[in-house]
Amino acid sequence: MAEDPVTLTVDGVELTVPAGTTILEAAAQLGIEIPVICWHEATTANGLCRVCVVDEDGGRLLQPACIAECRAGASIETRNERALRSRRTILEMLAASVDLSEAPEIEAAMADCEADAQRFPDARAREHELIDDNPFYLRDYSQCVLCWRCVQVCAEDAQYTFALTLDGRGHDTQVATAFDISMTESPCVFCGQCVGVCPTGALKPKVEWGLEQGLAPDEIRSLTRAPRRRREE
Amino acid sequence: MMVAPEKVVRSTCPYCGVGCQMDLHLRDDLIYRVEAPFDTAPNYGNLCVKGRFGLDFATHPRRLKRPLIREGGPGEFREASWDEALTLVSERLAGIVAESGGDSIATYACAKATNEDNYVFQKWVRSVMGTNNVDHCARLCHAGSVTGLQLAIGSSAMSNSIGEMEHLDTFIVTGSNTTETHPVISLFLKKAVRQNGAKLIVIDPRQIELTDFATLWLRQEPGTDVAVFQAMAHVIVSEQLYDSDFIARRTEDFDEYVESLESFTPEWAEGVSGVPAGDIRSAARMYATAERAAFYWGMGISQSTHGTDNALSLTNLALMTGNVGKPGTGLNPLRGQNNVQGCSDSGGLPTVYTAYQRVDDPEIRGRFERAWDVTLPPKPGLTVTEMVDGALTGQIRAMVVMGENPLMSEPNLSHAQHAMEALDFVVCIDIFMNETGELADVILPSASFAEKDGTFTNSDRRVQRVRQALPPVGESRADWQIVCELAQRMQRLQGRDSNGFHYLHPEEIWEEMRALTPDFAGITWERLEREGGVHWPCPAADHPGTPYLFENEFPRGKGKFWALEYGTESELPDEDYPYNLTTGRVLFHWHGGTMTRNSRLEEAFPEPLVEMHPEDARGLALVSGGWAELTSRRGSVVCRVLVTGRSPVGTVFLPFHFVEAAANLLTLDKIDPRAKIPDFKMAAVRIESCAAPEGREGTETPLEERGAIREPTKYVH
Repeated sequence: MAEDPVTLTVDGVELTVPAGTTILEAAAQLGIEIPVICWHEATTANGLCRVCVVDEDGGRLLQPACIAECRAGASIETRNERALRSRRTILEMLAASVDLSEAPEIEAAMADCEADAQRFPDARAREHELIDDNPFYLRDYSQCVLCWRCVQVCAEDAQYTFALTLDGRGHDTQVATAFDISMTESPCVFCGQCVGVCPTGALKPKVEWGLEQGLAPDEIRSLTRAPRRRREE
Repeated sequence: MMVAPEKVVRSTCPYCGVGCQMDLHLRDDLIYRVEAPFDTAPNYGNLCVKGRFGLDFATHPRRLKRPLIREGGPGEFREASWDEALTLVSERLAGIVAESGGDSIATYACAKATNEDNYVFQKWVRSVMGTNNVDHCARLCHAGSVTGLQLAIGSSAMSNSIGEMEHLDTFIVTGSNTTETHPVISLFLKKAVRQNGAKLIVIDPRQIELTDFATLWLRQEPGTDVAVFQAMAHVIVSEQLYDSDFIARRTEDFDEYVESLESFTPEWAEGVSGVPAGDIRSAARMYATAERAAFYWGMGISQSTHGTDNALSLTNLALMTGNVGKPGTGLNPLRGQNNVQGCSDSGGLPTVYTAYQRVDDPEIRGRFERAWDVTLPPKPGLTVTEMVDGALTGQIRAMVVMGENPLMSEPNLSHAQHAMEALDFVVCIDIFMNETGELADVILPSASFAEKDGTFTNSDRRVQRVRQALPPVGESRADWQIVCELAQRMQRLQGRDSNGFHYLHPEEIWEEMRALTPDFAGITWERLEREGGVHWPCPAADHPGTPYLFENEFPRGKGKFWALEYGTESELPDEDYPYNLTTGRVLFHWHGGTMTRNSRLEEAFPEPLVEMHPEDARGLALVSGGWAELTSRRGSVVCRVLVTGRSPVGTVFLPFHFVEAAANLLTLDKIDPRAKIPDFKMAAVRIESCAAPEGREGTETPLEERGAIREPTKYVH
């Protein structure tokens, strides 16, 4: 029993989409790309990062485009000043606490809404040691924006392994294994689906890291399970 | 500083039969990141540890870089030029053909090489050596399934596609530790259970991970599969749960089969297999009353002295319930190697040319003779198990082994080693030195999957492209190039015009194969580039390919029921050898270990471990990490113990990847009379606690500190 299609306007352009289409999908049909961090085609959208917020009919709250479904007759503004200001502030706060130097898509989103990475100079940065506890990939949670994608693909969105979870509260929240045990002790099967969906370089194949450090091929090959190692600046 | 790829190459994973599509990110001739496209079949963005992190074997320093010629004892080689090595090989092989006939040469095609490599290889063997003695390791893995499926329906490929798995209703996984051997397929099976509420029945003696997802788990005694499945058939018949319409339209011999079933009651099966009769009834009802029900199986069904019967017991169930020929149903043997389907499809078998066209059919043979401009031998050749025996009797004088490692993969290795040593001449074409290579007279270095173009055909018959990402290591060459060189030289030595082996690119080989093979006729190279993959059979350019088979009929016409008897030729435990040994794979390794043990996967799982039930371990005064010696009537190995409830009481499990405790020193070379497949899942062994062997690297390290080896306490029941 399909519901009737929905007609709405996005940035002044009218279109009709099947019921249940999200605003993000509808905008994409018009070639309008709404910046978003946590959303990924392979994971369940859960409206976490709020970078994709849009203005719907000037309503009291901005709507996260990745999960908000299109409503008949709605008028969506994806880039009016209200939406941009909200997006900009979120990105500026993120940039104040997380190392985004290896997140080109987020940097592009910041440029797009003229966000100022230095707006909150006194913010407490998320600083973590580089975790090197397995032969295959490294974890640097100082680059983690907590988009949850890795946790999701480790669980019901792909692997059904449930090796990853969230640890801590508030600013100290961090992706971790249960009881923060090492990956080799955890249920992890090293499929690397988490590495495949990480948007910021927080999760990285060891070979890639070795290449970044300028190591020779035989040095890269010997990067196995060395003790935890601090990242070279 | 972030690295940017110099190029990104789409290719097909060289490990298991799932055929995952992968994007290789390259810089400085190094594969530094492997990603999977999210929008592409068959894996839709997923990979396992081997595909994602285990491709560094391609650039390992131990890769063979120059041809090697043996001087002196086993393993003593000197480097040689290609010209010298190719001349030597072609002269020796041509000489042996001239003296003793082509049938004195035995050859191994390669389930890891491309379709094009294998097509050219069997063309060389058949048209230049004049023998059908070409076979490959499929004999050691799925011959039981192949023979059973051929008898029942006339086709042995996986009947349904990976894409249908998500929408399963009820399915049975038996004899397959899918999460470790076909990890990405297991994701779709788990998804069917978790997101769509499909019912999974696991029928397996080991407590594999999928039992966590199962509605019902039947833990049969090893080797009693036929009893369980026959009893399920008995239930379906006695409760009239079968599909009369399907049976009438699509099958034959049902009435005879029903008569033969009388004694196979669930109560009888409980006595034989240890599975409660009530569970057998439940499984039968779930399978028979489902809207769509499918079988997925692996080596546990096939690798048995009664592997053919095992497979037939599954086909009987599918035929009586009509669970074949529709989406989400079917008879699905999961293929082990990246291109074991393709190697068979390309004619790497002793009885058939491409796509199972028989060599003893004069009309088909005539077509190949005209195309190749040569007279071809009509007599089917030897299987790999027969080749080994032939070497001992002197019937076989020389062996050509392309990319396989029979001295790890054959059963009863000591026997196989004697056979190889008895040969006049052995040639190996491989990317690494391995146990078989040590005994070779000449080793020719070949290019890995990452260094050549071609196609692989995955488990669900999807032909997919392999693309060159790296330059060949050292002087290595693609297998098809090596074979063409040898064929041309042998043709000249035989005083024949050199023709049929002048290809410039694998595309030309594929197109020649396509022209000779009606099932591939619609799969043009250009189409593979455009669509990413096509499921054969695909008879015409405008045909979409065939994700599921047998919609309207079976290749043999009607599906045939086969009455079965229960019994076993396998070696059962006795007073002297009181434990049953079963063998298999672990997630981090691959078959003989030639690739994975030369990659960082080795770091995660660096040593052989024998899995043993806590009760058995207590009886033997063994603990996890302790050392044990396993002895069968054929040999003996030493390794550490992992105590786990995954193994049933009385059965131990030993992976066969590790030369330092080669499981196949213990296995029995008794074969299924029809499929000629050996029994890798049952051998009687005795076990004793022993001292740590001296000099084995790293083994003084506690077990839990060795990579991803964990004590799976959660499994202990």
